[in-house]
Amino acid sequence: MPSLAGLFFWMNIKLENIKKLDVTKPLKLDCGKTIKDFPLAYETYGKLNDNKDNAILVFHALTGDQFVTETNPITNKEGWWVTAVGPGRAIDTNKYFVICANVIGGCMGSLGPKDINPVTKKPYGLDFPVITIKDMVKAQESLLEHLGIKKLLCATGGSMGGMQLLQFCATFPDKAFSAVPIACSSSHSAQNIALNELARQAIMADPVWDNGKYVLKNVQPKNGLAVARMVGHISYLSEKGMQEKFGRKLQEKADYEFSFNADFQVESYLRHQGYAFVERFDANSVLYITRAMDYFDLSKQFKGGLVEAFKNQKTKFLIISFSSDWLYTPKDNKDIVIALNASGADVSYSEIITDKGHDSFLLDEPEFLKTLKGFLDSMYEKFKNEKRI
Amino acid sequence: MKNLKMKKEFKVIADLLPNNTRVLDIGCGDGSLMHLLRIEKNIEVRGLELNQDNVKECIYKGLPVIQGNAETELHQFPDKSFDYVVLSQTLQAFYEPEKVLKNLLRIGKSVIISIPNFGYWKVRTKLLLFGEMPVTKTLPNTWYNTPNLHMCTIKDLFNFCDEKNIIIKKVVGVNENKTSLISKSNLEIKNLFSKVGIFLIS
Repeated sequence: MPSLAGLFFWMNIKLENIKKLDVTKPLKLDCGKTIKDFPLAYETYGKLNDNKDNAILVFHALTGDQFVTETNPITNKEGWWVTAVGPGRAIDTNKYFVICANVIGGCMGSLGPKDINPVTKKPYGLDFPVITIKDMVKAQESLLEHLGIKKLLCATGGSMGGMQLLQFCATFPDKAFSAVPIACSSSHSAQNIALNELARQAIMADPVWDNGKYVLKNVQPKNGLAVARMVGHISYLSEKGMQEKFGRKLQEKADYEFSFNADFQVESYLRHQGYAFVERFDANSVLYITRAMDYFDLSKQFKGGLVEAFKNQKTKFLIISFSSDWLYTPKDNKDIVIALNASGADVSYSEIITDKGHDSFLLDEPEFLKTLKGFLDSMYEKFKNEKRI
Repeated sequence: MKNLKMKKEFKVIADLLPNNTRVLDIGCGDGSLMHLLRIEKNIEVRGLELNQDNVKECIYKGLPVIQGNAETELHQFPDKSFDYVVLSQTLQAFYEPEKVLKNLLRIGKSVIISIPNFGYWKVRTKLLLFGEMPVTKTLPNTWYNTPNLHMCTIKDLFNFCDEKNIIIKKVVGVNENKTSLISKSNLEIKNLFSKVGIFLIS
């Protein structure tokens, strides 16, 4: 692992060898600014068949990236959704063609705040335009065009990935035959915004952050960023799950140290997660992406009506929530189901009973994975038949 | 055995439903009825089901199903959003069947309800002759573990609809493989010889 000072230099070298689409079409952002000729980094798994009816688009969550499965070539760690995506798994790459793009504002090759601003010839930092979930989704539509896919078999995503998916369906109602939004919400709640603000404030309170200008010095506000990540990790676990996993267990010691070192296992876990994160993620990207999540309110876009957002939906939905998820609760997910029902859409809903909290969608949760697989396989049969007719 | 009998009931329900309609199946189980309606009548089906395994089963079959409790979650369906709402053999298991029934009539333009008939002669004789709560093929549970809180007879439901100004369009009595139309004139006898009553109301 290189020193942090060289982090971006090292990352940018590695990022030169990944798949990127140069999006030439100008993209007018919600904030009013326009971006053009920007990179959209993506990865694909499996093979697109001749009928082009086996494509599944995956939207990633806040700290995810395009490397859904196998080994992430940048971090050399497993892809973030290996539990669900791969040969023989729920999203079977022997059968389906899986696509995932890095969101704009991110830091895995798509245009983001650590990239060079063509005007100033320096990294953007806070000069990067504030982006929204809708902007992210619109950017990714270009990729489908590039890959020659008119209609996806399915689009899916958990957490912020689910939000992108809802936006995608509302903006492009005829682009997906089916959709599986997982553990998400149609708008960020006060609690969601508060937790994101906590993460942002942690980054901004780090003196190294320096109003986002740290990128010019090729350093990273790692203390602030690590705390931001710790906040996230607390919100991804349930109270019961955390108690069962850590309890009051001490970290490789027999008794308290009477110090502020990580005595408890839960402290050690958070520190580990926090400091591992700074090796692969840009602090300014966290600011921009969390902002996009906070601004997300699908009903606001459609004049106060979520039902209106899903009008004339032909897409077949399966909404999945997890019983112990307090970040995007079963109720948040059910509100989406209610709106889809009210609009007359084809919708299924399943609440998976688990103690593992919001994180469940990333874990080996058999009931969840079986449901996902069953839905995809039945949708594939239907989609093939529909195409034949 | 249970499946065979269920199929007869489903057949009767399917016969009551016109082709190409929109139907909500409350307590849709593993989706057998929805599957039948979709295949044979090209009906646009939706299901509501509490049990997770049943929900999974429906999803495997490609049937749209919402996991939820009919007692508390019917508000999610808008007024008259379905041509028909079907409730098969569960009315008696709700805490507040009257409230549920009101909701069904709000959601559907018409409603089909089936009930296990407590007026069936074997049920009556069990209680009359042996002084025990009846356990039959249609009512397989004992008094202490039955989910049925509000047992009624075909006659009871008939009278209930009359009282509440609910229009009864058709009532079918089912006994094994035989079905018969029930009206006011043959109510007493059919109430004695039908195991299951199927009501089409609005």
